[in-house]
Parts: sequence; structure tokens; C-alpha cells
Amino acid sequence: MAELTGTDDIGGAGLSGTDTRGAGASRAWDGVRAYFLIAGMWIRSTMAYRASFALMTFTNFAATALDFVAILLMFSRVHTLGGWSLQQVAFLYGVSSTTFGLADMVIGSMERLGRRVRDGTLDTLLVRPVPVLAQMAADQFALRRLGRTSQGALVLTYAVLHLDIAWTPAKVLLMPVMLLSGCAIFCAVFIAGAAFQFAAQDAAEVQNAFTYGGTTLLQYPPTVFATELLRGVTFVLPLAFVNWVPASYVLGLPYPLGLPEWAAFTPPLVAAASVALAGLAWRAGLRSYRSTGS
Amino acid sequence: MADADTFIDVDRLEKVFDVRRKTGFLRRERREVRAVDSISFTVARGEMVGYIGPNGAGKSTTIKMLTGILTPSGGRLRVAGIDPSRERTRLAHRIGVVFGQRTTLWWDLPLIDSYQLMHRMYRIPPARYRENLDRCVELLELAELLEVPVRQLSLGQRMRGDIAAALLHDPEVLYLDEPTIGLDVISKAKVRGFLRELNEERGTTVLLTTHDLQDIEQLCSRVMVIDHGRLMYDGALTGLHEIGESERTLVVDLERELPPIEAGPARVVRVEGPRQWLAFPAAESAAALVARIAAEYPLVDLSVREPDIEAVIARMYAGAAGATAAEQAPQAPGQASAPAGKAVS
Repeated sequence: MAELTGTDDIGGAGLSGTDTRGAGASRAWDGVRAYFLIAGMWIRSTMAYRASFALMTFTNFAATALDFVAILLMFSRVHTLGGWSLQQVAFLYGVSSTTFGLADMVIGSMERLGRRVRDGTLDTLLVRPVPVLAQMAADQFALRRLGRTSQGALVLTYAVLHLDIAWTPAKVLLMPVMLLSGCAIFCAVFIAGAAFQFAAQDAAEVQNAFTYGGTTLLQYPPTVFATELLRGVTFVLPLAFVNWVPASYVLGLPYPLGLPEWAAFTPPLVAAASVALAGLAWRAGLRSYRSTGS
Repeated sequence: MADADTFIDVDRLEKVFDVRRKTGFLRRERREVRAVDSISFTVARGEMVGYIGPNGAGKSTTIKMLTGILTPSGGRLRVAGIDPSRERTRLAHRIGVVFGQRTTLWWDLPLIDSYQLMHRMYRIPPARYRENLDRCVELLELAELLEVPVRQLSLGQRMRGDIAAALLHDPEVLYLDEPTIGLDVISKAKVRGFLRELNEERGTTVLLTTHDLQDIEQLCSRVMVIDHGRLMYDGALTGLHEIGESERTLVVDLERELPPIEAGPARVVRVEGPRQWLAFPAAESAAALVARIAAEYPLVDLSVREPDIEAVIARMYAGAAGATAAEQAPQAPGQASAPAGKAVS
């Protein structure tokens, strides 16, 4: 009887599930905690079968490495691709695979949202006391996806060792910033894709086009693509900031679309904005689900 | 308005869905469906209430609003003083939910893993968790199943596992959406026995939707009937039988072909060789009737068939329409006569 604080809605359309403004931080913390709880459980359960885990990880490593083999084969015929050498392309490939692999591992299971809406199991997540996003992201957490990341990291290491980069403090600093921001941008794409699946439940394939398709796109130099496409992945879906723009700075190559030099340092901002927008889209999606039930 | 014991308070609750239907290539028709249409009721702490109605009547939609999954389109709703849709996660600590058709457990993991995760997700104090888990494991006979991945459990086992999962955090209310659907007789009995004990010993409020009138008969002192989104009846089950004039059927196998049995309120509705079907009012005891027939006739075998909920509701319609003739609006046929239960608007 004491608890009547929530009675006066602000226009009745308050943001889903939020209690008060102060609770935002604790909700975020609840989400992170729940994420680690669920992911931890999945890791423990996969570790019960170590041999199987090792095999799966290796398979993941090998399957994703085929992408790089394709690039190697291409370079057996040509010396440069769109003006980029093998090592330079390897650099792009390494950053793209590492960041995407991490994002895919951390949050890739979001792509199952449409299926959960269709079969009704999303409801079971909504009756638990932790954010749905965290539960979706941690669901079936698969450490074997490290296979892709480690493969990408190896290629990146190879590239860095064989490229004659004139290292400056700014370039050194940009490396971890680029990897973290890239990972965050891919995470935003996963979240936005899942949010879109609230509206179109069969859109997992569309999402794949942007996630898996996106990482494949970024494995090649921007110079081989049409300007319209470059504009799209720079200003609409900002994948160019995962590697093309910052890598151009590190490697001393011309920027795609003639962007200004400082653009190389914007990935953290782009990533933050992408994550924020994706988060809003997710909220809107979840709210519409809760009002329509589908 | 509601007294201190009120735990669930529902006032003119509404849920309207916009249904889009394809009527041609790219052309769509929009239609409003009132899945829940101005329902009001209260449930006191410790009550055990059956919520029944045909498919698509609005049962699940109501449960989804009570648990905060769905946002109501109109009306007022409080559970333990909390508005479910606005404070869903806070409410989650105080409610337990079991969906008969889909599990809340982690499909690929052993049952015990799901429980441990619940333990930490709900921040249940360790001693409390142990106690509740031990109790559920014992009463629901889960000991052998704890290490089995959920996907390998039978439907009945999974249902018991789900009920345990919903109770580890000591919820004040337990919602069960079709908890006995698809279960065999033994599993049904186990689940019902457990729920009865939970309600009696812990005072847990229970609201269950079902298709099975026996669930209601054995568990609930109160039943609410919903159809087309409207509350048609709210009261005791016996009252529902009276309104619905529902009948149970006793199927009797005799030693040989005999003329129709004559036994009190029961009347023979069908004869097929030595087998006879007798209809009798659902509110009457079957035991007395069986005893009488057994004393007078050479009985080989018998079984009792419960009226199904659809039939009861259909009769309710018919009865109400007959009683109120023309003055009632056609979409509110249940309003008229409710001798035992409350008449519901």
C-alpha cells in the first residue's frame, strides 16, 4: 500500500522498466552482473567437455582463416589491391576480424531475438529481475568464438611486424583505441539488428548481411569499392571507423572519401554514438513488443 | 477501495491489439482486437484462483499484464502495490511464473545449473536457497533429474523443474499458465498436490489458467471465467456448474446388455451393447451414484468424464441468453444470472 510512487505516469509512455532516474546506474550494473553470471555458467558447461571445446575452437579458427587464405590467393596474382599491399590489407583484415570476433562472442547471440519473439520464449526473459538485453547477449555464450578473434589477432600481428610503420605516440595509442571502438561499433550493429527484429522477426538474415557482411567488407581496402557504398558505411552505418579510417592514418595512406585527418581519432565518439543509438532502438523495440505482444 | 489483504488489484483492465491482416498483395487491413476488455477483480493474499476460458479468450494476455510482460492499453493494475509494466524488474523478485508451453529453464544445461543461476540472479540468501531447493527437490521428486539437461526431461519432469525454479526466491504469488497441459495422470497429481501444499503451508497466492476443470476442482476455491476478453463469472466452481447446468458423464460397462439403468438424477444418454453412458449434474457426487449402480447392476468397469470447459461456457451462454432474453447486449451474455458467484459486469 505504501508503494504508490509509480501511479502518475508521465504521459503514460515512460521508458520501459525504469524505476527512477537514480536507478539507471544500478540497472546497468545489474545487467553487467547478470551478463557475467549467465556467460560464466555457459563457459563452465562447455568446459565440462574440454576436448570438444578445443576442437570447436580450432574449427572456428580454421573456418574463419579461410577468409584470409582467399586474400592470399588473390595476392598470388596481383601485387596490390586498390593501391594496398598484402601487408596493408592484412592489417585491415586483422583489425576487422579481431574486433568483429570479439563483438560476436560478447553479444552475437542477440541475432536469435527474432526466433525468441516468434516462439514466445522472450517472455520468459521478461519475468526475470535483470535487463532483457543482458540475458539475450549472454545466452549461449560461446568461448569458442575466440577462434575468429585469435586468428584475426595473429594476422594483425603478422601485418604489424612486416609493415614499415613510422610509429609515433599517437599511432601507438590509436591501436588499442581502434580495436576497442571497432568492437563497440560492431556491438552496436548487433544490438540495432536485434532491435530491428522486433519489427521484422525474420530479419536475422538481414542482420547477418550487416554483421558478417560488414566484417568481410572491411577486410578489403576501401579503394576497391564504389563511392556510394563508402558513403553508406561511413555516414549511415559507420563501419568505416572500425578500421578503414584509423588504419589509413596508421599506415599513412589516403583516407576514404577524402575525410580530414582528425577523422582517424573519432572512432571512440562514433562508437559511443552508435551504441547510444542502438540502445535507444533496442528500448523502442522492446517497448513496442511489450505493447503489441509480437 | 481495496482492503489491506488485497494482493492483486485489477480495475477495468484493457488490452487492445492492432491486428494486421494481409488482404491482397501488399494491401493490409487493420483491425482492433480487444483481447482483454475492461476486466476488474481483486485477489486476496493466500487465495488460489483458477482462471479459465476457451483458447484466445484473453487468459494469457491477462497473465502477461499481471507479470509486467505486456503493457496494458487501459485500466489500472497493481500487484503487491506495484504497477507491473512500469516496475517489471522490481516486481520480478516477488512473483513466480510458470509457462506450461515454454520453459524458463536453460534448455541445454542441467537443471541444477538453472537453479544456481536463479540463486544468484535473484540474489537469494544461500541458506534460504538451500532450504527452498531441498524442499522442492523432495516434494517434486527432482533428485534424480538435477544433473540432466533440461532438453532431455519429459514434459512432466520439465514442468516440475519449472515450478521449482519459479519458487526458489520465495515469490508471494505464483502464476501458472496451463501447468498441467499435456501431463500424464501421475504428473498432474504430483503437480496439484505440490501446489495445494504450497498454498496451505506457505500461504503463497496462486493464479492458474487451465483447460482442465479438474485442476480447478482439486485446487481452487474460486474460479474466474473469461471469454472474448470479458469476465463472465467469478465465484465458486459449484456455482459455475449450476449456471452452466454442466453434466459429468459416467461410462458404465455391464456384464451383459441390459435395459437403460435407472438411477436418480442420472439419465442414460447412450447405450451401445453392454456399455451405457449416464449424464448427471456435475455438482453431484459420483461416488454415491457409482455405489448405487454397483449395488443393483452387474458392473464390470466404469469411468467418469468431466465436462470440458468449452461445454460449460457454451451452456453458460445459452443459459444467460435464455434468462435475459432480449434486453442484454449480445457481447455481454454473462451478466445476467449468477446465483452462487458474483455477477460480473
